[in-house]
Amino acid sequence: MRITTRVNGTEQEVDDVWAGESLLYVLRERMGLPGSKNACEQGECGSCTVYLDGEPVCSCLVAAGQAIGREVTTVEGLADGERLHPVQEAFVECGAVQCGFCTPGLVVAAHDLLARVPSPSDPEIREALAGNLCRCTGYEKILDAVRLAAERQAQA
Amino acid sequence: MSTDTGTATTTTTTTTVPPGRIGDSPLRPDGTLKVTGEFAYASDLWHDEMAWGVTLRSPHPHARIRGIDITEALTVPGVWAVLTADDVPGENAFGLEHADQPVLASEFVRYEGEPVALVAADHPETARRAAKRIRVDYEVLPAVTDARRAMDPDAPAVHRPGNLVRHLRLRRGEENPTAPVVVSLDFEVGMQDQAFLGPESGLAVPAEDGGIDLYVATQWLHVDQRQICLALGMPAEKVRLTLSGVGGAFGGREDLSVHVHACLLALRTGKPVKMSYGREESFYGHVHRHPATMTYEFGAERDGTLVYAKAYVLLDGGAYASSTNAVVGNAGTLGLGPYRFPSVAVDAYGVFTNNPPCGAMRGFGCVQAAFAHEALMDELADTVGVDRVAIRQLNGMREGDLNITGQVIDSAAPVGELLQIVADFPLPPERGEGADPRSLPGAVNNTTHGEGVVRGIGYAVTYKNVGFSEGFDDYSTARVRLEMTGGEAVATVHTAAAEVGQGLITVEQQICRTELGVERVVVHPKDTAVGSGGSTSASRQTYVTGGAVKAACEAVRAAVLERAALALARPAADLRLDGEKIVGSSGEVLTGLAEVLGDDAVEETVEYRHRPTHAIDPETGQGDAHVQFAFSAHRAVVDVDVELGLVKVVALDTAQDVGKAINPDAVVGQIQGGSAQGMGLALMEEIVVTDGHVRNPSFTDYLIPTILDMPPMRIEVLEYADPHAPYGVRGVGEPPTISSGPAVAAAVRAAVGKPLRRVPIRPEHITGT
Ligand code: FES
Ligand code: FES
Repeated sequence: MRITTRVNGTEQEVDDVWAGESLLYVLRERMGLPGSKNACEQGECGSCTVYLDGEPVCSCLVAAGQAIGREVTTVEGLADGERLHPVQEAFVECGAVQCGFCTPGLVVAAHDLLARVPSPSDPEIREALAGNLCRCTGYEKILDAVRLAAERQAQA
Repeated sequence: MSTDTGTATTTTTTTTVPPGRIGDSPLRPDGTLKVTGEFAYASDLWHDEMAWGVTLRSPHPHARIRGIDITEALTVPGVWAVLTADDVPGENAFGLEHADQPVLASEFVRYEGEPVALVAADHPETARRAAKRIRVDYEVLPAVTDARRAMDPDAPAVHRPGNLVRHLRLRRGEENPTAPVVVSLDFEVGMQDQAFLGPESGLAVPAEDGGIDLYVATQWLHVDQRQICLALGMPAEKVRLTLSGVGGAFGGREDLSVHVHACLLALRTGKPVKMSYGREESFYGHVHRHPATMTYEFGAERDGTLVYAKAYVLLDGGAYASSTNAVVGNAGTLGLGPYRFPSVAVDAYGVFTNNPPCGAMRGFGCVQAAFAHEALMDELADTVGVDRVAIRQLNGMREGDLNITGQVIDSAAPVGELLQIVADFPLPPERGEGADPRSLPGAVNNTTHGEGVVRGIGYAVTYKNVGFSEGFDDYSTARVRLEMTGGEAVATVHTAAAEVGQGLITVEQQICRTELGVERVVVHPKDTAVGSGGSTSASRQTYVTGGAVKAACEAVRAAVLERAALALARPAADLRLDGEKIVGSSGEVLTGLAEVLGDDAVEETVEYRHRPTHAIDPETGQGDAHVQFAFSAHRAVVDVDVELGLVKVVALDTAQDVGKAINPDAVVGQIQGGSAQGMGLALMEEIVVTDGHVRNPSFTDYLIPTILDMPPMRIEVLEYADPHAPYGVRGVGEPPTISSGPAVAAAVRAAVGKPLRRVPIRPEHITGT
């Protein structure tokens, strides 16, 4: 199967994709975009979260074929060149990153939350990020990071 | 330093620490790569022409292999190699303490999930399909899946000569002590998984010299190298390891996983081979925390002063030894908690069964025991009518006390103070009318609006050994190099100590900046081109590798001053390195580092050892087994929906002595993450094993805390320097995982009013249905 899709604004075309491959696999192993992570590949951890036509999805649950002709944005597409997106910047500054394996998915999920709800309350943050597992941080500094990013976005 | 994230603020006592030095919290050097997705984890590795390796595993907990037929698998198009035990060129054995585990099972399989054969193919799915076509002829054997049963002399032996891995016998004080108050309990702890998010992965690349280069996620490169060499029959210089990005570890990467398998496939095919487990395979692919069965008895005076303790601890080690020996060592020598006992009798056992192998996980033997001793401490408090905090303070260890192995606690032991801090923290507000359902038990499931919800408070305190114990030669190596690059002094630090997310690389930079006065510190990739850094476990790296980096910097500094002394014709003892200047005894600038170094680099490699520990007496368990102790206390507040059995942890507050916070923000991060794992064991985390079969190898059925489960935490960090340790540091990573769970369990008991002698506490335990 041939897959053509726009990823982070660039047209991507890959051949010989086996019908059972997920969007996550194709991004990671065929398009050279391993930023989205593969912590469970069962739709339970959120580490593979990407935007598909603007909607955050677990890319491990999306068959590669479903992405044909659609627009994908991954964690690799959030920064503006060398300039980190405020969510990314806040994750680094707040110490919300330890091993970082959960980070790409959390950054995309937090990015989505702040696009929808510019000043989320703590319960809103918790609810929005409940599908993203992190084993290292205990989530406190992740909350700090989302609060900081929201604050900065409000100021900007 | 105190952190109060309950109100969304973080406050750190203002200090005058120069930026980037020890005591400051500079940003981690890999942070940007990790938020942009560019950081290369082991599962991201890629090589032109690489093949994918997969493992065929045993479906049986115990069976004899009568034969393996690989012919059909080999005919699958795209398959490069199919390997079995016959293809292991060296010794078909590995293991951390004893090489008792086959690389690929030959005669027997001893647990469900044991590796039997390997396939390399050009696509992972091709390899998986080919693996399904390997025919293994098993003769299923009776399995021992109960640790108590494994102790019976007539139980089937998992290994010869028998199922006992270790019996630690500890006796101290009176032989038959009596006391006016006696309390006792039985307690059970289920099997916890490390559940690191980055799956086991590695890439093996065959080299031109006939050797192999392995890029892998691990906790200790050199112990891996030793085991791989044995299995491949190759000398160390032909087996070179480089650490790739590690997605968490928590003990689960101490034992080998893909390591030898990927090397075997790469050497056979002549191609780079990548192996990467899925989540289900990961549950089979690493050891877990030992399930424990415990019986504890405390004798005390009527005022609550402890007189004696008796403890029986049985740990299910599963099918192979892994680190069971050392885990029993901890459960035995530390398993009564940070209290003073005049008389003690402890028997701790580790046994083989046909269950999944168990080994290292954060807290290492202390976690299980803490649930029992803390539950019994509450029982004693209630029996004698003393407050639960006060009874711990009454019996808590102090500096200068002897612990139960007769070892002097020769630095701070602030048990009473830590408990007082958590007891004095403000309590979370009472649940008001119309509380947000997301803050109640059941959370977004909206199962209650407050009816049937009862609040409970629980306390726990612990102490944990730091570093390897019982006489182990526990050293680390650091190479530090100083040179001028583009007019700027640059230090390069090279250790083999694994960064697994905890922040060791930041700490290494901070130490170099502090010792050498440079701003730019390059962290060399972690590999086996430098001596061993020891294991990233036992909360030891900041202490031991930190100590090595400090010592290497000191050697570099001394060498620089020697060179300066020669050039200046002055004794080196009169000179100091101050930033990029060489100054004399009254601070006058004599020359610059650039002049002294010229185009040369000064490089020193140093091995650092902490003070020796000693084996314990085999009859009495007495001896100076440990190098350092770290203390922490937790207070948990929970709301329990007693009708549905659902628990919401409302607050989880803690105080911990870290000796010296090299990086205060990273210390807090360790405490938060460690506390979450302890809470997980108390309330939800268990690998369910029935008849030797794992029933829940997925994140759908093995639950770890989410952001909805974690409450805000108040954290107070004490810094009572340990005079024996570099900078006074005390290990940080493990204590929070030990004291948080028992505090949560105590809070649930307080709310529910039931004994609840098993963790994780499940809804049906609370409701009694
Ligand atoms: S990898 Fe997709 S949800 Fe876990
Ligand atoms: S930082 Fe390791 S899983 Fe989140």
